[in-house]
Amino acid sequence: MNVVTAFLAGLLFGAGLILSGMSNPAKVLAFLDVAGTWDPSLLFVMVGAIVIAALAFRFARTRVRPLFGSAIHVPGAGRIDMPLVLGSVTFGVGWGLVGYCPGPALTALAVGGRSTLLFVAAMVAGMAIFEVAERIRAGIGAHRGATRATTGPPGD
Amino acid sequence: MRIDWLHFTPWASTAGGILIGLATALLLLANGRVAGISGILGGLLRPARGDVAWRVAFIAGLFLAPIVWLTMRAMPPAQIDHSPALLAAGGLLVGIGTRFGSGCTSGHGVCGIARLSPRSLLATACFMAAGFVTVFVVRHVLGSAP
Repeated sequence: MNVVTAFLAGLLFGAGLILSGMSNPAKVLAFLDVAGTWDPSLLFVMVGAIVIAALAFRFARTRVRPLFGSAIHVPGAGRIDMPLVLGSVTFGVGWGLVGYCPGPALTALAVGGRSTLLFVAAMVAGMAIFEVAERIRAGIGAHRGATRATTGPPGD
Repeated sequence: MRIDWLHFTPWASTAGGILIGLATALLLLANGRVAGISGILGGLLRPARGDVAWRVAFIAGLFLAPIVWLTMRAMPPAQIDHSPALLAAGGLLVGIGTRFGSGCTSGHGVCGIARLSPRSLLATACFMAAGFVTVFVVRHVLGSAP
């Protein structure tokens, strides 16, 4: 059952990205171009999403477990460290170069042609590079299954 | 700063944001999961027993959203005319950066800010600032088209 709800959540999320205009890289770049003709639409997307999400997280705190599953996996406080800052800056540069972040890129995949396909392939390759780097850092075989302990909470 | 009134879509964008918020609420309350797209996708590269199906299902939903959308109404236009080299470089930076930074616009920008997580507030400030600077350099210093 949690597969069905995850699918519906993905569908709804994608519809939100299409309706908001965020599946169009040109619109995202127009938001990031504060020195040019600025399109503030992305701010309205974030406010709409954050208000609803804040209510959901507040309600989730009154629940012990989700509808389908054993626990609500909300990231802990976590540390503010260099990977957080450097990773976010790296992401921001790539986002500014193309206008795609992960959600819109996956949503545009079926209709975005070869450009979107190339971007998503490179994005997954980048994520794979991170996995390899993490495994090397954790020491291959030494801490098998505990590689995650050195970085922030998963799914944040 | 000049506002681009021609392309500004406050109502559609707010409504789209509300849908994104509802999707986040559904995944959280039904599955107990945070809707951070980079985390959901990246988790598939580290498959754990019983943790794969919901990730694949969520991504399938994202992928099929435009196809379902097209059965009801036309897609809004999407313009992307970057060179292959720029697309590959951008994709690599987004992939590496979102994993090292533990999140993207959805995980940090929506879910993290909604929880008032200090980590996510800082991460969002960092990727927003980097995005503003990158577009400024590309468009107004280098004078490039995209």
